[in-house]
Amino acid sequence: MAILINRNTKLITIGLTGKQGSFHTLQSRDYGTNVVGGVTPGKGGTIHEGIPVFNTTYEAVKETGANAAMVFVPPPFAADSILECIDAEIPLIIAITEGIPVLDMIKVKAALKGSKSRLIGPNCPGVITPGECKIGIMPGHIHMPGNVGVISRSGTLTYEAVFQLTQREIGQSTCVGIGGDPVNGTNFIDILEMFEKDPETKAVIMIGEIGGTAETDAARWIRKHMTKPVVSFIAGAAAPKGKRMGHAGAIISGEDDSAESKFKVLQECGVTIARSPAELGQKVQEVLKK
Amino acid sequence: MNVHEYQAKELMRQFGISVLKGGVAETAAQAVEVAKTLDTKVWVVKAQIHAGGRGKGGGVKLAKSLEEVEKISKEILGMQLVTHQTGPEGKKVLKVLIEQGCDIDHEYYCGIVLDRTVGKLAFMVSTEGGMDIEKVAHDTPEKIIKAHIEPCAGYTSAVGRKLGYALGLKGETLNKAMKFFEGLYKLYTEKDCSIAEINPLVTTKAGDVLALDGKLNFDDNALFRHPEIEAMRDITEESAQELEAGKFGLSYISLDGNIGCLVNGAGLAMGTLDILKLHGGTPANFLDVGGGATKETVEKAFSIILEDKNVKAILVNIFGGIMKCDIIARGVVDAAREMGLKVPLVVRLEGTNVALGKKILSESGLKITAAGDLADAAQKAVAAAKGAK
Repeated sequence: MAILINRNTKLITIGLTGKQGSFHTLQSRDYGTNVVGGVTPGKGGTIHEGIPVFNTTYEAVKETGANAAMVFVPPPFAADSILECIDAEIPLIIAITEGIPVLDMIKVKAALKGSKSRLIGPNCPGVITPGECKIGIMPGHIHMPGNVGVISRSGTLTYEAVFQLTQREIGQSTCVGIGGDPVNGTNFIDILEMFEKDPETKAVIMIGEIGGTAETDAARWIRKHMTKPVVSFIAGAAAPKGKRMGHAGAIISGEDDSAESKFKVLQECGVTIARSPAELGQKVQEVLKK
Repeated sequence: MNVHEYQAKELMRQFGISVLKGGVAETAAQAVEVAKTLDTKVWVVKAQIHAGGRGKGGGVKLAKSLEEVEKISKEILGMQLVTHQTGPEGKKVLKVLIEQGCDIDHEYYCGIVLDRTVGKLAFMVSTEGGMDIEKVAHDTPEKIIKAHIEPCAGYTSAVGRKLGYALGLKGETLNKAMKFFEGLYKLYTEKDCSIAEINPLVTTKAGDVLALDGKLNFDDNALFRHPEIEAMRDITEESAQELEAGKFGLSYISLDGNIGCLVNGAGLAMGTLDILKLHGGTPANFLDVGGGATKETVEKAFSIILEDKNVKAILVNIFGGIMKCDIIARGVVDAAREMGLKVPLVVRLEGTNVALGKKILSESGLKITAAGDLADAAQKAVAAAKGAK
C-alpha cells in the first residue's frame, strides 16, 4: 500500500542524460525502483546506462507504459517539461529542479487543474516508499519500511526526521517532499488526506517552515478530518525578520505566518508539536504508544 | 532582486504607466541641473535606498526653490538614513531622485503580488493610500480590495473595473486607472516581478492617475531571461559577504549572535538556528552550503564565517544526502589548517560516508568536538561559545 509510489511504479526520468539526472536515476534504480526509460530531446533511440532514451515524453509513455516521471531539467526549461508530462497524461510527476521562475509555475499550476496528473514539487527531494520505490535525491539507506508517513517542505530536515525514526526502529510508510517553492503542485492537505486513507500509515510527521499559510490550512484540515496522530515542527522560529522592501507579501494572506503563530494554530488543532527538530523522533514514539 | 524607485519609474514609463517627471543625481550640483529641466515651482527630493519608510526617516523633502533643492540634496546625500526597514544602523544615501511636485487630489494603494494559497497573481487596492498598508490590512481588512488574475486569461477589463469602481473612481479618471492597472500587470509579468507596489497611487486635481512612489522586486530565478534588470542591480545595497557567498553557490545571511553555523539545506539550516536558540545560544549567521558543495565551497564557507569577528564558536551540522560527509570533513580540515582555528569547532556529521568523514576529522589532529545528534551538537556549541567569552 503506502501512498503515491510502490513496487508497481514505472519511472521515466526527464533529463536522464544530464549529470544530476543520470546520477540520481541510477541511485533510484539501485534502490529497487523500476526505471523504464528517460527523455532527452536529440538522444532518442540511444541507450543510457541500460535505460532506453526517447526524444519526447509522449513517445516514452507510449513505448514503456510509464506511470511516473522524475523531472531533472534545468530551471529555464523545467516548466516546459512538466507541461509536456501533463499533456502526456502521466499520473505522477515529481519535479526535483530548484529555481523555476514563479510565473512559469503559475502556468503549470493552471494546467494541472482538470488534468490527469499530480505534481509533487518542484524544488523537492522527491518521494520514497521505503523498501519498494525511491524517486528523488534522498539517501535511501536512512529509511526503513514501516507505518509513519512523512511530509515536508524541506529536504535535509526530512532526512533528519527520518533518521531519528529509523534510529528508534520506527519505519516509514511513505516520505513526501512537497518542496519549498511558493507555487507547488501538491500541498500538505493533499498528502494528509492520502495518509489518512492509507491503512499502513499509523501516524504522520509534518515539517513546515515560516511563510505562507500551508501549515495553518493543514492544521485546520487535521482538526476536521484526521483521525491519526500528527507531529509537527516549523522551521524558522529564530529566523530574523527580513529587511523587506514591500509589504504586499504579508498582506495577501492576512495572517501571521511566523513560526510562533503556526505552532500555536497547530497546537489548537490537536497536532503534537515539536519545538526542537531534535525531538521529532521522540514525539512520534510517544504518540504511537498512546 | 530589488531596484531603486528611480529605476522602477523608468520601467513604468516603458509600460505606459504615468509617473512624474524627474531624474536621478549623485551630487547637489547634479540635483540642481536636474531640477532646472523640470517645469515646476516645487520639487521633491527623494533619497534612493532599498527600503520603505523614507519619508518618516527624513529622506523625502519638498523644495520651493533651486537653492532649496541644492541645500536639501546636500543634507540627504551621504546621510545614514534610518527607517523601520533598514535596521538601526540605517543605510547611506548615495543617490537622490528629483521630481516635479504635483497637486494631489487623493492617495490610493495599489499592489500586485502572488497569492500562494491559490497559485495566482492578485491585485490589491485600497482607498487608504500613503499610509502603512500593513496596519490598514490588520485594522480594517475590508478596506483592501483584491482581484485575482486567471493565468489563462491574464489581465482583463473586468479586473480593472472591479478595482476602479471599488476605489470610487469614475469617468475619465476610471479609464486612466484601468490603463494604469493594465500597464502594471504587463510590467509585472513581462519582467518577472515578485512584488509591484505603488503607494501611493494618486489622482491629481488635473485628473491624472500617477504612481507617486513605486517599489518593484524581481524573481531572482527569472533574472536569467532579463539581463536588462540584472544590469540595474546596485551592489552597494547588498552585503559584501552575502554577494561573495552567492558567487560560490552559498546562501549566507549575517545575524547578530556569536555561533557561526555551516549547514547543508535551507530547512536544516533554519532548524539549526532554532535549536541553538532553544538551548540559549545565538547564531552568528545562516549558511546553507547547498546540496552540491565541493571541498572548495566548504572552505569558502568556513572563511566567510571566520571573517565575522563576533564568532566565538562554530557549529558544522551536515546531513549528507547527495553531499558526502568525507567531502565536508576534508573541506573543514583544510580550511581550519589554512586559516588557523582560534575558536572552538563542534562538528556533527550524519548520512552518506559518515564513518569516513569522522575518521578524517579525528585523524586531523585539530581540536574538534564531535557531536552525536542534533541536540548534542547544539548543546556543545552553546557551551563552547559561552566558555570562550
